[in-house]
Amino acid sequence: MARIVAGASMSHVPAVGVAVDQGLTGDDYWKPVFAGFEKSKQWIREVDPDVVIVVYNDHATAFSLELIPTFALGCAARYEIADEGWGPRPVPPVIGHPKLAWHIAQSVILDEFDLTIVNNMEVDHGLTVPLSLMFGQPEAWPCPVVPLAVNVVQYPPPTGHRCYMLGKAIRRAVDSFEDDLKVVIFGTGGMSHQLQAQRAGLINADFDNKFLDMLVDEPEKAAAIPHVDYLREAGSEGIELVMWHVMRGALNDKVKAVHRHYHVPASNTAVGHMILENA
Amino acid sequence: MTGEEDYDDIPGTYVFDAEQSRRGYHLNMFCMSLRSKENREAFLADQSAYLDRFPMTPEQKQAVLDRDWNGMLDLGGNIYYTAKLAATDGLTFQDIAGMMTGMSRDDYRKMMVEGGRPIEGNRYKKDWEHG
Repeated sequence: MARIVAGASMSHVPAVGVAVDQGLTGDDYWKPVFAGFEKSKQWIREVDPDVVIVVYNDHATAFSLELIPTFALGCAARYEIADEGWGPRPVPPVIGHPKLAWHIAQSVILDEFDLTIVNNMEVDHGLTVPLSLMFGQPEAWPCPVVPLAVNVVQYPPPTGHRCYMLGKAIRRAVDSFEDDLKVVIFGTGGMSHQLQAQRAGLINADFDNKFLDMLVDEPEKAAAIPHVDYLREAGSEGIELVMWHVMRGALNDKVKAVHRHYHVPASNTAVGHMILENA
Repeated sequence: MTGEEDYDDIPGTYVFDAEQSRRGYHLNMFCMSLRSKENREAFLADQSAYLDRFPMTPEQKQAVLDRDWNGMLDLGGNIYYTAKLAATDGLTFQDIAGMMTGMSRDDYRKMMVEGGRPIEGNRYKKDWEHG
């Protein structure tokens, strides 16, 4: 039987990918960002997952305004790295796990989460930056990935509560999968940041740290945060944090935070990161 | 959505909601086309001619030609789309963020290194009116 053993959350700032790709991670500016992921790389080597589910958002890459799925689950065998306007990141292609992904799709749809099934999509920094942060720069990613793309570009994204409940449905789906697999789930995006207009550059460390606390011990309260609070308090792009609730929902009600990291800034963004193990 | 939204009183912020998305569809799809290298080259070779391939309003086309980053958002642009235009010009998210705030690149970068724009005094439009 498959099981979700742990979750990790992290920001997926594009400039972090650039820093990795250009060998800048030791620079004064970037060092404190990446220092917080050294323990995480060791942790995931030890856990050695068979599959990682990555909850992320597409940034007008695979999906444009022509088609805006609220939740889209990747069921493909392979995902190519997208050119987001600066050329594709020089990272390995992402290998999927179609059997598990299809099982999750069937299970959650019958569980009344009507997500979109995707068999062909390119993946952008939203998915590849978390892989780089956790796995470094291998020749090939060490395990297959099931991507779950969440719309957070077109307002409104799904509510925090809906994300949290989808996490629970994903947990039930994985629990009922016949093969013996160790699964880790990543919730990505955030933390506070605003990329646009006159208020660009907003950071709210107090909000972010309370969010990290709440996510560990009061996940339902965290999932009830209304959209306007993210927009106002964490910046217009801080609303990406709803994706962390999918990860949290897929874990036990009681979890232990085995690692936590917070740093400002990475480009325009507050970087937050946690590793949660089922207690 | 019609009428007042609970986020209307956030200062200096465009929420890319239904109304903005309807207004900005063609502007954003123009930006989307710049994902391809061939299109980036074609656009840079003759910007006006390239823009004429898209049924955008004259104001939207002018905002693109002027690289009026806030203006594009006001006309329905979304930052993840307009960032593709920025990339075509060799600019990063941080470069255009600085431009949208009216700060120099160095001042904006310095503000971020020092912890970013604080939330105090930046929650409500009324905070800005009296500031």
